[in-house]
Amino acid sequence: MTDENVEIRDEVVLQVRDLRKLFEIKRSFKEVLARRPILYVKAVDGISFDIRKGEILGLVGESGCGKTTTGRLVTRLETPTSGHIYFHGVDVAKLQGKALKAFRRHVQMIFQDPYESLNPRFTVMQTVMEPLLIHGIGDTYDEKLEMVIQALEDAELKPAEEYLDRFPHELSGGQRQRVAIARALVLKPQFIVADEPVSMLDVSIRSGVMNLMLDLREKYHLPYIFITHDIAVARYMSDRMAVMYLGKIVEIGESDNVVFNPSHPYTRALITAVPVPDPDHKHGRVQIKGELPSPINLPPGCRFHPRCPYMEKGICDVKEPELVEVAEGHMVACHFARKLYEEGFSPSEGAEEATQA
Amino acid sequence: MAAPLLELENLIVHFKTHRGWVHAVDNVSFTIGKGQTLGLVGESGCGKTTTAFSILQILPYNAHVKGGDVRLKGRSILRDSVKEDGTIDPFNENIRKVRWKEISMIFQGAMNAFNPVYKVGDQIAEAIRVHYPDMSEQEIWKRIEELYDLVGIPKDRIMNYPHEYSGGMKQRAIIAMALALNPSLIIADEPTTALDVITQDRILGEMKRIQEETKTAMLLITHDVSVVAELSDKMAVMYAGQIVEMGTTRQIFKETAHPYTEALLGAFPSIKGDKKKRLKAIPGSPPDLISPPRGCRFHPRCPYARERCLEDEPELIKVGDGHYSRCHYTEELFGAGQGGGA
Ligand SMILES: Nc1ncnc2c1ncn2[C@@H]1O[C@H](COP(=O)(O)OP(=O)(O)OP(=O)(O)O)[C@@H](O)[C@H]1O
Ligand SMILES: Nc1ncnc2c1ncn2[C@@H]1O[C@H](COP(=O)(O)OP(=O)(O)OP(=O)(O)O)[C@@H](O)[C@H]1O
Ligand code: SF4
Ligand SMILES: [Mg+2]
Ligand SMILES: [Mg+2]
Repeated sequence: MTDENVEIRDEVVLQVRDLRKLFEIKRSFKEVLARRPILYVKAVDGISFDIRKGEILGLVGESGCGKTTTGRLVTRLETPTSGHIYFHGVDVAKLQGKALKAFRRHVQMIFQDPYESLNPRFTVMQTVMEPLLIHGIGDTYDEKLEMVIQALEDAELKPAEEYLDRFPHELSGGQRQRVAIARALVLKPQFIVADEPVSMLDVSIRSGVMNLMLDLREKYHLPYIFITHDIAVARYMSDRMAVMYLGKIVEIGESDNVVFNPSHPYTRALITAVPVPDPDHKHGRVQIKGELPSPINLPPGCRFHPRCPYMEKGICDVKEPELVEVAEGHMVACHFARKLYEEGFSPSEGAEEATQA
Repeated sequence: MAAPLLELENLIVHFKTHRGWVHAVDNVSFTIGKGQTLGLVGESGCGKTTTAFSILQILPYNAHVKGGDVRLKGRSILRDSVKEDGTIDPFNENIRKVRWKEISMIFQGAMNAFNPVYKVGDQIAEAIRVHYPDMSEQEIWKRIEELYDLVGIPKDRIMNYPHEYSGGMKQRAIIAMALALNPSLIIADEPTTALDVITQDRILGEMKRIQEETKTAMLLITHDVSVVAELSDKMAVMYAGQIVEMGTTRQIFKETAHPYTEALLGAFPSIKGDKKKRLKAIPGSPPDLISPPRGCRFHPRCPYARERCLEDEPELIKVGDGHYSRCHYTEELFGAGQGGGA
């Protein structure tokens, strides 16, 4: 990122405010008769963040913490229960019909499984051209074809002509994910959500796809939300990182600040748990207790308190912590955030201290 | 010198398909000593699971053993089971005596292998009963309690159904099952791949402790080099059915001697170090094992490939003490095991 890009990068593309999504749990007929109350999964429970032009925000957390739901909400594949999504200042949270379709043209989602996200009966050309037809973009066939070829080349499927007539089964996993990326790019979106786009790929092709996504950001100043459960991947890909736990953002900040001075106990556990590809690295074991609670019956107070090694009775199990700013742009939702931030963190020290406890 | 616990010698296993022979395991040799852990790494489809299945002789019907041998404590457990056409008689006495009792396995994706209608404890008890019909019920249940202690599940959960266990607990129970008959070797095929990092970290910690307490040897199969870095003494890197580099875990990481290993290690982003450094991408994708590339199988993707690599198949060359690399130019590129590499 060079200096002349600073101005462009400061432009806020997306502002999410207090976004919520509850899913109703279906009751069986018997349960309805027995008057079981309606229960909800709080998949996304009041989150806020901004994304600027050309910025990549990494969204990390364990399975079920609400990452995909967040992605589906901001691309409006899902309608939020409450909250706001400002796209260039306009709230799109409740859009419907034509207005919704117009918005969707500008935001695209790339999914985890390149095998499932492509229609097996469509050639590469049909797959990439489909969004143009849906949105009525390009006057002539030739013009559309031109856009398809450009998108394929941007996704580094070169020469594009060689791929146009192939079906998904004639492509490798990495090539399929590149087709999915080309399909997202062809509409010249202003914003992309990539949901675990490399998790299903083999290691040797993974880095190529990650580098491609970084190159596209450089080339088009395209902002992304990059969803992953792998904090090392998130650090590599993103400028800022948000850590989610049971529907809430518990820590957000510049990626290296979050990784080198994680100040939420949960982020610390995630970082301690990452296996390091170095036989000399001695890291301790995570000391958080128990399993992820159900998002239906969230614990009172801090939702992390039943597993937290820093938990204090009477505080953590009573009052829900707000996000507080521990350093510029670095926010943490823990009652002891400032103290933990001041103390600093080293993964191996953290483990020793916890072992004694 | 006593024979090593497990020895694979030039093992060749191919699958017969209508498109042709799949060269899944081609000339694979390695040894695992008593109490040792060997990490076998490589990408999807390179032949890791086939290697494991060949050791236990639980191969699919279209698998043919085309050469080589597998020995346990110096005695062949394979030769007598191979039929004339290369297929295997899985009921041969030599393998039946040792399968599960001496060598057990944690299967890839095994977490979902428990039968949902039986209690977990009953399923483990049944596995013990089958192999030790003389063992009393009391002894069996005592053993199960020991096993639960060993893998860190509270004993009051023995009589739960599988769905009452979390993912991490199921994986622990699977490990308990693999340990049930007190084997000298466990084959663990991607034991933590389906788990999230925090659970993975706990299971890896548990496995490390079990290694130390029981001195059980392990063949650890994974595509994740960091898991191997944590648990293994030795390492073998597999590419397209062949071992391309083998040595101690330190040698592989610190004195890397094969271009594929170098690329594989360079492909993982790290939580440490400089973030701005771009990851190395390996061009192309893994080859079709029905017609693997001539010469060096890695040559179409290798940044150092030269003319000779296109025609000449490299042998495993010794580059250091117990350190081997299958590359014509290993010494020139990486030095002779003298701290070359990454
Ligand atoms: N359509 C739905 N109906 C009911 N519950 C849902 C629905 N979609 C998601 N959930 C629930 O919402 C929670 C968050 O799910 P989500 O898919 O967003 O998580 P995630 O962080 O993407 O997880 P993963 O890493 O496994 O993909 C989970 O408890 C999930 O079961
Ligand atoms: N029964 C079979 N018939 C034909 N080919 C097979 C059969 N089983 C496996 N193969 C092929 O043999 C090769 C090796 O497969 P194997 O399962 O051993 O790979 P792996 O290294 O364990 O991969 P993964 O990491 O995906 O588990 C692959 O190319 C696979 O497609
Ligand atoms: S608020 Fe309390 S329970 Fe929650 S993370 Fe902080 S210390 Fe732990
Ligand atoms: Mg998801
Ligand atoms: Mg396998």
